[in-house]
This record gives sequence, structure tokens and C-alpha cells, in this order.
Amino acid sequence: MQQPGRAAEIKAIGIGKSFGSFRALDDLTLDIGRGEFLTLLGPSGSGKTTFLMILAGFVQPTDGRLYSDGVDITERPAEQRAAGMVFQGYALFPHMSVEANIAFPLKVRKKPAAEIKRHVGEMIERVGLKGHEKKLPSQLSGGQQQRVALARALVFEPGVLLLDEPFSALDKGLRGQMQAEMKRLHQETGTTFVFVTHDQSEALALSSRVAIFNHGKLLQVGAPDEVYDRPDNRFVAEFLGEINMLPLKGVRPADNGSTGLCEDRAISMRCKAEKVRGDAILAIRPEYMSIAREAAAGENGIAATAVASTYLGAATRLDLTTRQGAKMTVSVPNEVAASALSQGNSVWLTWPAEKGFLLPDGGQ
Amino acid sequence: MRAYLSDRMGAALLMAPLLLFLVLAYAWPFLGVVKWSFTLPTPGLGQYNALLTDQLVQSVFIRTLRIAAIVTIVSVAAAYAITVVWVRGTPVQRVVAEFCILVPFWISVLTRAFGWVALLSNRGLINTWLQAVGFISEPLALVRNEFGVIVGMTHFLIPFAVFPLASSMRSLDDRVLLAARGLGSSRMRTFWSVFVPMTRSGIIGSALIVFVFSLGFFVTPAILGGGRSVMIAELIYLRIFQSPDWGLGAAISVVLVLFVGALMALLFRYIRPKQLV
Repeated sequence: MQQPGRAAEIKAIGIGKSFGSFRALDDLTLDIGRGEFLTLLGPSGSGKTTFLMILAGFVQPTDGRLYSDGVDITERPAEQRAAGMVFQGYALFPHMSVEANIAFPLKVRKKPAAEIKRHVGEMIERVGLKGHEKKLPSQLSGGQQQRVALARALVFEPGVLLLDEPFSALDKGLRGQMQAEMKRLHQETGTTFVFVTHDQSEALALSSRVAIFNHGKLLQVGAPDEVYDRPDNRFVAEFLGEINMLPLKGVRPADNGSTGLCEDRAISMRCKAEKVRGDAILAIRPEYMSIAREAAAGENGIAATAVASTYLGAATRLDLTTRQGAKMTVSVPNEVAASALSQGNSVWLTWPAEKGFLLPDGGQ
Repeated sequence: MRAYLSDRMGAALLMAPLLLFLVLAYAWPFLGVVKWSFTLPTPGLGQYNALLTDQLVQSVFIRTLRIAAIVTIVSVAAAYAITVVWVRGTPVQRVVAEFCILVPFWISVLTRAFGWVALLSNRGLINTWLQAVGFISEPLALVRNEFGVIVGMTHFLIPFAVFPLASSMRSLDDRVLLAARGLGSSRMRTFWSVFVPMTRSGIIGSALIVFVFSLGFFVTPAILGGGRSVMIAELIYLRIFQSPDWGLGAAISVVLVLFVGALMALLFRYIRPKQLV
């Protein structure tokens, strides 16, 4: 239906937005590649939705410029931007049938009736709404309304599709189904997708890149595994999932990586000690840690005491405390958890050198 | 279910005094009027027969429907514009609009009718000014005719038309309007093909209220029509207090009440009552 070449490439330079004295978005510079699936992730009030509204043209930025395919569109009104948009709650036209909703963007573009009919028919088929053409939005389920919203936003082949928390109203099963569907639509249309969510697992699962926001600032942009495994700061590390943090002393560069002391034991890391020297935080995702009776010399490990366990079905979550009081969490096979608890409680936590990363000590 | 039941009981209790008052002050006396229409001056359907043949009564009925229709269209259109400003305007616009909507409620219908006479009569403000400027040489006939009646009634009814419209505009989801613009629709197009259709129930409610009100108007047409543009309510008054032909007056009343009742039934069928306020 659409050549990937028609997808838009967007460049935001120094975008800022103030509402009175409140700074909703500050100095945001970001390139959105042609045909990419970019997720804007952050807690509510982080500025991600404000940025989406600026992209759509519903909100005028106070500073900065916005370019689409090299053309400055900062002042261009929403109706001339040709960005498809799916709103939270879908925002379908309640007085129009499914068919009429999807035909709307083509009608306002004054396309010939035959072409409108053909495109709408194709789109209805593509999102699986055949047989529902004449229904009103109020006669559809949440998932079906979602499909109408997607079809309506894609039918005019926009250069970019903007999605504002489109799945927040759906239950979990439907959510997974719609996510898969959206991924498929992205591949089929080749359009640039910009997706806003506060759900980190959704962001990691769907996107080619994730942009993490907090307090109006863009903190980090990168591929899902990049931001998950190598976050730049503590907020990103914690927002993307559970994380264990250990205070490190005397961090310095070493052969192929860096080294430091944790509770009097030498710890080695693959990552470079570029931004941090001396005191730092070592962060490790719980799933990369395992439990052992003891740590071999040269292996990364720390002694800890199991204090609680939570049975999760497929695995057991263990909460542990190190000698100096750092709280750790690991997810381990059920029988390992049982033996760890029965072993007089003292175990070793070990992890591969390449799975630990350094964060600046203290603050964000 | 229990909460729902007790809710309904509570609502019924709260409405009971009003209901009792309506029964005692309106329904009961009206039954007397119904009785007159079948018994005065002689028992039978004579008065209803007369309604079907009396040219004067029929022309008054037609005039009343015509005036009510025109007043409804003009009032709802004007009220729509005012309501858009009131509900969706800037804070200053909202205050000004609210003032314009509420002030008329503080002035009696009589005062307003005489105010229009002062403005519209042959030696009133408008004719005097137009003549002074040399725009016209003879005064325009602006009052003591249908035009004057329509002006006065429209002015009176616009604020009533505002409320159902305001409630439907307030309940409208802004994101739907944003969605329309984001999909490439101009402001004008968004207004006509999304905003207006979405306030349809408000328009229907508003039109029915104004229309029903107009049918029974008495003071405004009596003053601004100057006896030349008699509407139903005035005709009933004339039949009962001046002719006196109580039976015919009563029969006209009954027909009017039935007609209004049918319209109200339509109103409640197509829009839920809570959308009216």
C-alpha cells in the first residue's frame, strides 16, 4: 500500500515547551528515522505526550524547530501536517459508521469516490473489521474501536503515525494481540511510528528505539537492548525494570573494562569507567545474577543472606541482603530457592562481568 | 440493585411535592376545562366540530405554527452561536456570554415586550434614527405585525435555547475534534461535519423547548402583535373573557395541550431528560 520511501524523517532541534512557569519539555533534540518505530517512554508528566502533541501540531513549542524531511514544519497547522494520530480512548466520530470514520481523512482530501471506496475497503480488510462496516463505534468492542482508530489514521498513507497510549484501555490479553497487530501494520506500511506509553515492557517489545523521558527531559535514546542493558543513569535503569545496585569503591580502568571494590571484594566489569571514577554504583539486572555456594577466585560475587522468598510459579523470587545491607533481588529456579533458604541462609550471588554496568554515584 | 431502588425512591420523594402541586393547580382544573369543551353551551362534540370549520380559529392555528417555527429556527441558530462562545470561548468571552444569557432572566417579559415597542414602533428609536440618517422616508412597519412578534419572542426564548445546547457541547470529547483536525480537516469542516452532528441531541432538545414555549406565548404577541397578529393563547383569552364563548375557548385549549403533549412525548423519546439541562 505504501512505499517505505514515503515514510517521514523527523528532526527535532532544541524543542521546549512551557505552560506558564511549568517547563513541560526542555531542550529536546531527537532524530526520528524514516520508517522507524520509536517509543516515547516515561512516567506521566514526563513530557512524552507533550512532545507527541508538538509532533502532531496540536501544541506549539515555545522553543526549537521541527523538521519533516528537511522542511521546517514548526508553525505548520495540524491539518496540513498529514500525520496520522491514534488517541488514548480512540476519539472516533460517534455519529459516523465504521466505514465513514475510516473514509473521513480521504473525504476531507477530496479524493474521488471510487478511490475512497477502494482504500476504505482495503483498510477494513487489513485490520480485520469486515462485516462491521455499517456499525457505529458505540456498537463495537474496545479492540474493534482500536482497529477503527488505526485504520482511520493509516488510510491516507501518512508519513508518520502518532500513537498516544493506544492500549491503555484494553485488558491484558487483547493488549498483546493489538501489539502484535501494530507491529505487523508497521512492517506492512513501512510508515514511521511514534508511540507513547508508560509501560516499559510494551516499549521494549515493540520498538526499534526507545526514548526515555523524565521531568521534561529526554534522558536516553537507544535500541531496547541498549537502553535495558546499558542505561546512562539511574532513572533509566530503574524505569526499565528491576535492578540490583551495589556501591563500588575505587573504580578505575582495567584490561578490557574496569574494576572496583565491592564490600572488600574485587569486581570486574566489561564496561569502561569513562564517566565515573572512584565511587560509583554497580547495577545488575536480577535475571543475570545466579546463586552459588561460593564464588571462585576472580569470579564476580558477593555474599548475601536470603531474607524472603516469593513463589511465582515458574520461578521463585528471592530477596537478599548483603553484609553491608544492600538489598538484592534475584529470580531463581524453585528448587534453588528452597536450598538457598535451607542453607543457613548464607549464599553467594554471582554474575558475568559483561552484565554489570556503572552508574554515577548518587542522584540521577 | 438496592442502591438503585433507594435512589429511585429518593428521587420520587423529592419530586412528590412538585407533583402534588401540579396535580392540584394544573391537572385538576384542566379536567374542568376539558369538561367545558364537551358541555358548553350544549353537551356534545359541537365545539370540536366548530374548530374544524371555523376559518378564524384555523388561520390562528396556522399563524401560531408558522411563527413558532420561524422563532424556533432563529432562536436555536442564535443560541448555538452564543453557546459556542460560552462553552468554548476564551475566559473573557465566556464571562461576557454568560452575562448576556443570564441578564434577560432578570427582566420581566412585560418590560421586555414594551422595550421592543419603544425600539420598533413608528416613532421608536430605530425608525427615528433611520429617518434622521435619511435611509428611509416613511417609517418601517416593525411592530403590531408578525415581524414584531417574532423579534420579541426570539429575544425572549434565546436564553432557554442555550441550556440544552450547552450541555451537549460540554459533554463533547475534545479529542474527537483534535482527531478531525489531525486527519486533515479544516476548522470549518471540523465544525460542520463533526462538531454540529455531535451536538444533534442538544439541537433537537433546544428546538423542541423553544417550539413548545412559542405555541403558548401570550404576553409578547399580545403587545407586539397589537391585536393584528393573534396567536392561539390570545385567541383563547378572547373567547373566554371577551366573546364569551367558553366552550370554544376550552376546546382550543384541549387541542393545544394535546399537541404540546405529543411534542413532549417525542422529546423524551429521542433524548434522555438529563440531557436537557
